[in-house]
Amino acid sequence: MRDRRSWHGLLLLAPALLTLGALTLYPTVWVLWLSLQRRVPIFDVHRFEGIGNYAFLATDPRFWKAAQVTVLFTIASVALEAVGGVLTALALRGQRWGSRVALSLLLLAWALPSVVTAKLFEWLYNPAVGLINFVLGGLPLNWLGDPRLALPGLILADVWRTMPFVTLLCYARLLAIPAEIYEAAQLDGAGAVATLTRVTLPLLRRILLIAVLFRTLDAVRSFDLMFVLTGGGPAGTTETLTVYAYRSLFQAVQLGLGSAVGVVVFALVMLTAWAYLRALRSEGIVA
Amino acid sequence: MRPVSPLGRLRDGLVLVGFALYATPFLWQLLTAFKPEAELMVLPPLLPTRLTWEHFRAVLDQSVMLRALVNSLGVGAITTALALAFGLFGAYGLTRYPIPGKGLLLLLVVGGTAFPQIATVSPLYLLLRALGLRDTWLALILANTSFALPLVIWLLTGFLQEVPAQLEEAAAVDGASRPRAFRWIVLPLLAPGLASAALLTFLFSWNEFLFAYTFTATEASRTVPVALALFPGVFEVPWGDIAAASMLASVPPVVLVIMLQRYLVRGLLGGALRE
Repeated sequence: MRDRRSWHGLLLLAPALLTLGALTLYPTVWVLWLSLQRRVPIFDVHRFEGIGNYAFLATDPRFWKAAQVTVLFTIASVALEAVGGVLTALALRGQRWGSRVALSLLLLAWALPSVVTAKLFEWLYNPAVGLINFVLGGLPLNWLGDPRLALPGLILADVWRTMPFVTLLCYARLLAIPAEIYEAAQLDGAGAVATLTRVTLPLLRRILLIAVLFRTLDAVRSFDLMFVLTGGGPAGTTETLTVYAYRSLFQAVQLGLGSAVGVVVFALVMLTAWAYLRALRSEGIVA
Repeated sequence: MRPVSPLGRLRDGLVLVGFALYATPFLWQLLTAFKPEAELMVLPPLLPTRLTWEHFRAVLDQSVMLRALVNSLGVGAITTALALAFGLFGAYGLTRYPIPGKGLLLLLVVGGTAFPQIATVSPLYLLLRALGLRDTWLALILANTSFALPLVIWLLTGFLQEVPAQLEEAAAVDGASRPRAFRWIVLPLLAPGLASAALLTFLFSWNEFLFAYTFTATEASRTVPVALALFPGVFEVPWGDIAAASMLASVPPVVLVIMLQRYLVRGLLGGALRE
C-alpha cells in the first residue's frame, strides 16, 4: 500500500523532475565537463585539457579583476540595500495613510525588467542632459564613461532596483510585531531611540538576515544590469565574473574557458549559501 | 483611535513625497517618452512645452518591438502554464505522498531557486542548438520553465501545507475520489497561492534576459528585453524612442504592482519566510 502511494507520488513529481533533470541538472554536469576542455569552434579546436582552463584563470589578471569587481559590487549593494531597506520599512510602518501607494511606488522599481532599469539609468546618467548631473548643479560628470564613477553608478542602479525587496520583508515583519510589546516598552519608560534599538531592531534581525542572504545570492549571479548599462566598461571597471563568463563564451567563443568562469560563479553562489546557512543555523534561525 | 496631529499629517505627507521621489527614474523616463524630439537634448527646462505620442508611434511602426511584445506575451503565458502545471503536481506529490528522499528533494528545490543562469547557459545553448530549437519560442519556454520550477514548487508546497489534509480525508470518507477532492476542495483553497506563483513566473519570464539574448537570433523569437537592449540607433541614440519602448516593456510589471499587489506581496513573502 505504502509502496503504491510512493509510486503515485513520484508519478506526480515526474514532469517537474524530468524538466529539472534535463534542463538544469544535466547541463550542470555538462558545464563541468565543458570547463575541462579547450573549445574554440571558429578555429575548430576541440580537445580535453583537464584543469587547464582553471590553471589559466588562476594567473589571469582579468579574472581576478572581475572577481574583485563582483565582491565589491555585492558587498556595497547588499549593505546599502539592508540599511535603506530597514529605514524605508520603518518609514512605511509609521505611515497612517497612503502606505499602499508608497509600497506600489517602491515595488515598481523591483518589478521592472533589469534591462529597463539599465535604460532608465543610462538616461539619468547622460553627461549632457541627464537628470543626475542637472540635480548636482550642472556638473559635467561622465558617470558611465569615467572608470572611477562607473562602478558606483552601477551599484546605485542595482540598489534602486532591489532595495524594495528588503523593505517589503522588513515591513511585513514590523506589521507582525504586536502592539503590546510597544506598550510594555512605553510603560517601562523607554524613549523612541531605546524602543528602536532595544525592541524593533532586534525583532528585525532574523528577517534581515534572510533578506540579506537572498540579496547576496542574487548580486553574485546578476548579469543583465551591468551587461546592458556598462557592458563591463570602462576599462573593465564594472566587469563582473558573469560578464567575463558571457564574453568568453559568446564573444571570444571560448566555450571551455567561459564555462570554467561559469562554474566559478556557481561555486561562489553555493559557497555563499552554505556560509549563510551556517551563520543562520548558529543563530538558531533555521534547523 | 487617536486623532492625527497636524505634525503627524505633515510627516505622513513628507514620507509619501519621499516615496514618490524614489520612483523618479521611472517617472522621468515616462516624461521623456512623451517629450517632443526637439526638446529631448535640452535641460533645463524640466517640463516639456507639450506632450506627444510620436515616440510611441515610431516604436510601434517598427515591426521589431511589436513582434517582441507578442513573443514575450506568448513565451510568458506558455511558460507560466507549464511551470504551474508541473509545479502543482510536483508540490502535491511532495506534500501528500510518502516519497523516498523527500527532504533531499526539497533541499534541491530550495538550492535551485539560487541557481545562477550563467553556469548553464553554455551547455543549454549547445543542447538547444543540437535539437534545432535555436531562435524558437520553444527554446525560451523550456529554459524559462526549468528555471522557474524550483520557486513554483517551493511556493506551492508552502501554500499546500496550509490546506489541511483532513479536508481531503473527510471527502474520501464521503466517497469522493482523490482527483475529485483535489479539484473541488484543494484547488479552490489554493487559488490565491496559484495566482501568486503564476504572477511571479510570468514576471520572471517577461524580465528574463540572458537566455533570451543567447538563444534568439532574429525577430522571430526576440523578447522585449532583448529588443530593448539591441534597440537600433543609426546615427545618434534615439532617446525618446528608447523611453517609449521602455514604457511598453514596463506595462505588465506596472499592472501587477498596482492592481495585483496583494498576490505579488503574498508570493514574495511566501518564498522568503518559509523555513
